[in-house]
Amino acid sequence: MKKSVFIGALTAAGLAAGFASAGTLEDVQAAGSLKCGVTTGLVGFAAPDANGEWEGFDVSVCRAVAAAVLGDGTAVEFVPTTGQTRFTALASGEIDLLARNTTWTFSRDVDLKFTFVGVNYYDGQGFMVRKDLGVSSATELDGATVCIQTGTTTELNLADYFKSNNMSYEPVPIETNAEAQQQYLAGACDVYTTDASGLAATRATFEDADAHVLLPEIISKEPLGPLVRHGDDQWADIARWTLNALITAEEIGVTSANLEEMAKGTNNPEINRLLGTEGDLGGMLGLDAEWAKRAIAVGGNYGEIYAANIGEGTPIALARGLNAQWTQGGLIYSPPFR
Amino acid sequence: MSDKSFVRTEMLGEQAPPLTEVGIVKWMRANLFSSVSNSILTLIGIYAIYYLASHLVPWFWYSIWNAGSLSECREIREAAYGDVPSACFAVITERWNQLLFGFYPQHLYWRPVLAFVLLFVALAPVLFNNLPRKMFIFSAIYPFLLVWLIWGGTIWGPMAVAAGFVVGWYAAKILGDRFGAIAAVGGGILAAIIWWMFLAGPIAGGLSSVLPIGIEAVTSKDLGGFMLSVIIGVTGIALSLPIGILLALGRQSNLFFIKSICVGFIEFIRGVPLITLLFTASLLLNYFLPPGTNFDIVLRVIIMVTLFAAAYMAEVIRGGLAALPRGQYEAADALGLDYWKAQQLIIMPQALKISIPGIVNTFIGLFKDTVLVVFIGLLDPLGLTGAIRATTEWNGIYWELFVFVGFLFFICCFSMSRYSMYLEQKLRTDHR
Amino acid sequence: MSVISDETGKPFNLSMLVYDTRYRSITIQTFAFILFMAVLAWLVMNTYFNLQALGKDFNFGFLGARAGYDINQRLIEYTNDSSHLRATFVGLLNTLLVAFLGCILATIIGVIAGVLRLSNNWLVAKLMTVYVEGFRNVPLLLWIAAIFAVFTEAMPQPRAFRGDNPAANMLLGDSVAITNRGTYIPAPTWGDGSMFVVIVFLLSMVGIWVFGRWAKKRQDATGEILPTFWIKLGIFFLPALLVFFILGRPIGLDYPELKGFNFSGGIHMRNSLLALWLALSLYTGAFIAENVRGGILAISKGQTEAANALGLRSGRTMSLVILPQALRVIIPPLISQYLNLTKNSSLAIAVGYMDLRATLGGITLNQTGRELEAMLLMMVIYLVLSLLISGAMNIYNSSVKLKER
Repeated sequence: MKKSVFIGALTAAGLAAGFASAGTLEDVQAAGSLKCGVTTGLVGFAAPDANGEWEGFDVSVCRAVAAAVLGDGTAVEFVPTTGQTRFTALASGEIDLLARNTTWTFSRDVDLKFTFVGVNYYDGQGFMVRKDLGVSSATELDGATVCIQTGTTTELNLADYFKSNNMSYEPVPIETNAEAQQQYLAGACDVYTTDASGLAATRATFEDADAHVLLPEIISKEPLGPLVRHGDDQWADIARWTLNALITAEEIGVTSANLEEMAKGTNNPEINRLLGTEGDLGGMLGLDAEWAKRAIAVGGNYGEIYAANIGEGTPIALARGLNAQWTQGGLIYSPPFR
Repeated sequence: MSDKSFVRTEMLGEQAPPLTEVGIVKWMRANLFSSVSNSILTLIGIYAIYYLASHLVPWFWYSIWNAGSLSECREIREAAYGDVPSACFAVITERWNQLLFGFYPQHLYWRPVLAFVLLFVALAPVLFNNLPRKMFIFSAIYPFLLVWLIWGGTIWGPMAVAAGFVVGWYAAKILGDRFGAIAAVGGGILAAIIWWMFLAGPIAGGLSSVLPIGIEAVTSKDLGGFMLSVIIGVTGIALSLPIGILLALGRQSNLFFIKSICVGFIEFIRGVPLITLLFTASLLLNYFLPPGTNFDIVLRVIIMVTLFAAAYMAEVIRGGLAALPRGQYEAADALGLDYWKAQQLIIMPQALKISIPGIVNTFIGLFKDTVLVVFIGLLDPLGLTGAIRATTEWNGIYWELFVFVGFLFFICCFSMSRYSMYLEQKLRTDHR
Repeated sequence: MSVISDETGKPFNLSMLVYDTRYRSITIQTFAFILFMAVLAWLVMNTYFNLQALGKDFNFGFLGARAGYDINQRLIEYTNDSSHLRATFVGLLNTLLVAFLGCILATIIGVIAGVLRLSNNWLVAKLMTVYVEGFRNVPLLLWIAAIFAVFTEAMPQPRAFRGDNPAANMLLGDSVAITNRGTYIPAPTWGDGSMFVVIVFLLSMVGIWVFGRWAKKRQDATGEILPTFWIKLGIFFLPALLVFFILGRPIGLDYPELKGFNFSGGIHMRNSLLALWLALSLYTGAFIAENVRGGILAISKGQTEAANALGLRSGRTMSLVILPQALRVIIPPLISQYLNLTKNSSLAIAVGYMDLRATLGGITLNQTGRELEAMLLMMVIYLVLSLLISGAMNIYNSSVKLKER
């Protein structure tokens, strides 16, 4: 009995007990901040800097959504989640949006009842080995010791790949990227496997990056994207079209530099519709006309966000590859704003 | 008669003792090389020390304290010392605040520091029994003060919660005068619950709109680092004490049903690892609460840690109860005291006093266990090491962070365990 | 505190439920029971509605589905085609393995450290104090991670064994390889007739036990002390070796060999197991050392002096007089240390050791999204484990307890 008293007491203390209602948008607007689930730390995608400000590729998505909805890109509460806690956190309403390089799969979409609002990074599982091992293809890895980051789809892909190629391996499951990196560098495993972006990011920070090589095989499709709960279509639409706005902005040449100028009106109707000088796309979403303009203003368009966090100018130096605009031969493609 | 004397008249001066029986040599013979096996052990010990020192000393000696990233550290090392093992403690200098306070706003650091200092004021009457008893009033207020200082916001929230205890107390007193002890306990708890459920919220809301006294609010998401460990540990142990007392009494009760519930609860909690309880907090608690309830994760962790500590606390207090001589119970009965009066005036004061070392040890254990929250994504010191290593600047750094975090924990736990030993000594003489 | 009431003749009325001590306890218990049931029902109902709202159900059917992931250390047959249930068993066995090994090593370390801490060798006593305080006051998780990292960085890679002039060499005549992926030791191979060798060996163990009893009885009766150690040693080795050679050496050894990326053959003790084992043992050993020290200090000094007066050497004083008595004080806290070690083995995930928490509570939970079922099942398993351990140790405790007649 005493127990419930304490729970009651703490609840009443109003620390953060709230009641989630059907409309996530209203909840977010009432709270004045967006609760966004990110990783506890992944190079280039999400990590806190020395001042406690989160930064990274996934973080930028959160900030863009917060800017679109609340008008302030800093009005985000970042909730660090692990591979294990992320889905529960989203399902229980602890977070409003999960942007944690999560692979879009059938079972997560259908069985776990989440809505993936799009893909912000097309990835695939790859392998990294030491150059002096003399391995040039993943098919030569029979009998190798493989470091895997657990809690992801990685271990299943790996099991499938080795099985279908009739090879054996020794899995070494590791909880975090940092630990796996240390194991790999010390030679406790021959191969390190995770998403190719993660491998490239990890390799970039090595003392002797040239001594390591990424194998050409990509053994899985890993479309990574932000996701929300099933059942709130308006909120899903907001998240989806915020991401699309960033992508479209790059496609039609809206950047953070020329944003203000273009927002005054241009002779390109799509830019006008996107930035709210023509039509009422924002109103249809339940937002105001300038929502997309604010979203782009935070970190620039998709290309700018990419370049600032993981692009070739950063230590991580990921080439655009699949993640180039469709006009450049990539897969990044937004439905039209019409 | 000759004046030759055959007996020596003056004493010879004392001879110096053999070289092997004085000073350092004697000490070494007695303490290090008293037998063959002892000599072997000593040599092994010396080798172990040499081995560790030869690896650690250069690493610390060449340590670098000022750099912006790991690669910068490496450059500095190359330039200054060449290829030697070298610690890069620059990461600590840069992230020092973050490791201690998490993401707490910098200009508000004084609040957790003040709360930490006040903690000792609140503990003082427990630690030193020659202080005025009135200081316990501050100890009772402290938990609410702590919540207010850490989370901030309006002062009326914690006040309204605290008022619940006052309401319950008065209800118990009024009912007790009229209808007896049982009605008092039941009525008191009921009144308090009614207050918290229905009245506390609106009253606090109303008061804060009329009289907006408050400080800047900080959300739980900003808590982290060593501060988070301390908060979870201290609130966990403080809240678990009353529950632990009730559980210990329940376990000794001769009411069969109450006894079985208490035994079942204690054995269940002690039988499962803390990490499963933390996962329950993060994954399952939302299932058990009414649909739509959404607790803050830090609060959920505190609840589970409290339940966890309560079971261990119950066992410590049970030990204290068992150590009391039977005569104390009988004397209380003989005086005609009823159960609660006897507990309050005679049994508990003595039993708790005996249990203090055990309580401190439970606290040390709990405090160390708070690092497990890293598994559910909270950024305690260990979780922050992961987050720090995920930045491009510090990717690949390892030992420096571990050494620092381990050192922090060692300082706290070691001083507490010394205190508990001192207490044991003191209490032992009391009871002989 | 029952008060004998002599008002038996009084007719029953409702207020007696509260004021009459004969009925009061029933009233309170009924009240508590109703309250308990209400809380329970409330929790179950909440869970039911929450599951319904999420469109989930509560069933353990997922345990039968294909697991699809690989586990490196498995004591029973397991492939990624096996079911989640089997993966759970593999994990459970791994937990039991590390807990069992850990309890043994922790006891050894604890007793040695506890005794040495009281040694009159100043240096050793101080070193043991540093060990005990260092391990007791730093979180276990840090120690596990640190020891694993030491293993990884200090030991040679398998590649270092390659080449004509390798950087690292196998030990004990090319039979043991210590690498940073684990230690490889020769594995026995069982040929025809090896069964007999094993049976003879087991029989000689029985023989040793019988002989020991007989020798003790004889010593009690006649006072004559036989050289039991040498005779036992003889019984231990001779018959089995004899049969071994008569049958033409049926039991062989399979030596580890560097093939491809790794060593193959022999028994591979992975570093995840070794590091976890060592960390758990050192950590728990520090606590046991304190218990042992406390137990020894609890024995009165007169016992030591009496043993010295009898002319016993200090080693024998310890093993024959002090420790047997101290054991009674040591065992009850030892039980809880064993329980702690078993529960702490759930931190295995920090080194990637695939225990119950990493299989059922880790990958299975992640892949199926059945957190409620998986966590409940895991709690029940740990609970049963704990109860079994404490039950077994309590039986042992009551057998060594001072019998009061």
